[in-house]
Amino acid sequence: MKYIDEFRDGKLAQSLGAAITREAGSDRRYSFMEFCGGHTHAIARYGVTDLLPPTVRMIHGPGCPVCVLPIGRVDMAIEIARRPGVILATYGDTLRVPASGRLSLLKAKAQGADVRMVYSTQDALRLAEENPDREVVMFAIGFETTTPPTALAIKQAEARGLGNFLVFCNHVLTPSAISHILESPEVRDIGTVPIDGFVGPAHVSTIIGSRPYEFFAEEYQKPVVIAGFEPLDVMQAILMLVRQVNDGRCEVENEFTRAVSREGNVKAQALVAEVFELRREFEWRGLGTVPYSALRLKDRYAAFDAERRYALVDRQVADHKACDCGAILRGVRQPADCRLFGDACTPENPLGSCMVSSEGACAAHYTYGRFRSIRREAGVGSGVR
Amino acid sequence: MCLALPVRVVELRDGDMAIVDLGGVRKEISLALVEDVAAGDYVILHVGYALTRLDPAEAERTLETFASAGLAAPAGA
Amino acid sequence: MKRGFTRALDFRHGHVEMTHGSGGRAMAQLVEELFVACFDNEALRRLDDQAQVDVPPGRLVIATDSHVVSPLFFPGGDIGCLSVHGTINDVAMAGAQPLYLAASFILEEGLPLAELRRIVESMAQAARAAGVPVVTGDTKVVERGNGDGVFITTTGVGVVPQGVNVSGSRACPGDAVLVSGTMGDHGVAIMSLRENLSFGTTIESDTAALHGLVAAMLAAVPSVHCLRDPTRGGLATTLNELARQSGVGIVIGESRIPVRGEVNSACEFLGLDPLYVANEGKLVAICAAGEADALLAAMRDHPLGRDAAIIGEVIEDEHAFVQMDTAFGGRRVVDWLTGDQLPRIC
Repeated sequence: MKYIDEFRDGKLAQSLGAAITREAGSDRRYSFMEFCGGHTHAIARYGVTDLLPPTVRMIHGPGCPVCVLPIGRVDMAIEIARRPGVILATYGDTLRVPASGRLSLLKAKAQGADVRMVYSTQDALRLAEENPDREVVMFAIGFETTTPPTALAIKQAEARGLGNFLVFCNHVLTPSAISHILESPEVRDIGTVPIDGFVGPAHVSTIIGSRPYEFFAEEYQKPVVIAGFEPLDVMQAILMLVRQVNDGRCEVENEFTRAVSREGNVKAQALVAEVFELRREFEWRGLGTVPYSALRLKDRYAAFDAERRYALVDRQVADHKACDCGAILRGVRQPADCRLFGDACTPENPLGSCMVSSEGACAAHYTYGRFRSIRREAGVGSGVR
Repeated sequence: MCLALPVRVVELRDGDMAIVDLGGVRKEISLALVEDVAAGDYVILHVGYALTRLDPAEAERTLETFASAGLAAPAGA
Repeated sequence: MKRGFTRALDFRHGHVEMTHGSGGRAMAQLVEELFVACFDNEALRRLDDQAQVDVPPGRLVIATDSHVVSPLFFPGGDIGCLSVHGTINDVAMAGAQPLYLAASFILEEGLPLAELRRIVESMAQAARAAGVPVVTGDTKVVERGNGDGVFITTTGVGVVPQGVNVSGSRACPGDAVLVSGTMGDHGVAIMSLRENLSFGTTIESDTAALHGLVAAMLAAVPSVHCLRDPTRGGLATTLNELARQSGVGIVIGESRIPVRGEVNSACEFLGLDPLYVANEGKLVAICAAGEADALLAAMRDHPLGRDAAIIGEVIEDEHAFVQMDTAFGGRRVVDWLTGDQLPRIC
């Protein structure tokens, strides 16, 4: 597959790993946060950690819209799905997220709710067209990458007069989340969790461009390197971050030049600006309430807003008291540090945001990396972290 | 987050739609979020929509950067 | 023998009705004009409630499988031949020669008889080609809305000759791990038809009866330790099962696993891992290291094993992990599947 296979080449991986090791040296430690869950997944799936020196540590950020979706919002989705006459269209990712009362969308479906998995908002629109006597509600989640498709669907619904198409909007914004992480007391407290730099999200950046990150680099004095989706991209970005730290630079660099420009996709941005506006605040599971971090439909499009149509009330649902996600998301703790990890909390029975989807730090570690922890405990192993 | 992949545009269709190909598998997707895409171009595909066109020259340049990483030692390292 | 039915079944326009399962004349007609006619063997023609058959000497092996696949028809096969192959394979994975099948049908009221006949004919053809007749069966009908058209349960019996001892618990450190061909074909072929996930592809299900391949393998290496077909949950699940059963670890090499390019692409599209995608005409074999080459040669000699490959080895590991050396150069665990693999957007 062109533009994919070349970016997974093992030989190049070895030489990039050697370069990182050489330039990181042994004098200091580096901690970088990869914000995007896709990067977490790539690092885990391809075993990138094995190719990094022990002085370079990756902290897994909250960049997974499913992980940070509060339980209360999933409860609302289930409530919508159970309304008579409603078809709830949803991406596959949310189907198994556990909600209140031991329910999930999948379980609600088993109990009779009409929940349909879709690949695209186009499919949801088609459902609305083919079922004029039903209300089709799109359970819209995702960061800036997934928001333009929702905006487009709403505009198309308006143009086609599809009064039975609605959106349950849970779109969230990346820069706000990064700020929030940097603001948290643990991080500002130097020595606890230094984050030396960020690996910026790949596909969010194709939409928003590299410009929004310039603020962090300046305000917080942290380098940001936007990385493509493939493991070689991630390694190259880590190398660029190491160099920035060594040089004392705090810039926004773009490794993903083949798809990301400074301005981003202006057409998509305009579309989103036309349909959505900022919520004053929004709860992020594991992070708490984050100001100006999420979107809702503008009044002009109120007819398509499921929350308004059904007069839904947001409710806060707390996580397990022993859940360490808040600390893990900020890099203060590691998955293995959490009392519940691997025991009460597993991918089969996730108790917190980090375990809920395969992108989460705990899920990735459990699925791909926990054999390392076990080996360390047992005193066995090749010295791999 | 945001699973997206580079696919090749094979054929343009009405209504901003197109057929794309990835390693022999084809799918119909929307080009409504991009402009001036022609058959033969590569686009980044996410949830049924092209997000942006992929720049082949930049892709080559990036690959070359990977290859030279192992060789060059930067100044002041 | 006088036929008791005034009118032949209407296979063109007819549908399954509740009476077809009630045990009366309608059901008898369905059995005679469809099942017996298609499967067409001496045991069935007797119209007994059971089959009396001859069994050669050896240990008896029995396996059963229910088939609930949707859609009923897919590129490369259908629920009919799938149900025949699946149970033949379960029996064959014990190193046994499959002998007879029983087939029971749960039909949904309203299923077009034309579709039912297509399915039964496909089963008959598969059974004939495999040399394993369907000698007895059962039919029930459920009300509309309670089934996906048709559910089929097949039960198979076979015998294991003396000296063959294949079991999931026999893997030993040092053993070689082999697969008989490309992984992920069946699951991708099915997904290509599912609502909202359709895409054009030439991938066909690999559904096939593997007992001929198994016989050839055992002829070359009678002391094969383990055999299993990686169906639901794919190769990863099967390897985890074997590792746990035998109390060992397994290490495989990603670049050694044969996967068709289009299967890789389809999995990329959906965010799936081919290691977890179902196969219906492939097997995993574990044998002593010294026999691996001979086993591989025997597999490649057989039409169903042309793409066979040695993909890894068994190691000592009290945690029974399955690990993989990625093509990228790192190592990762290949864990058990968590629920169904669902396509994802992030």
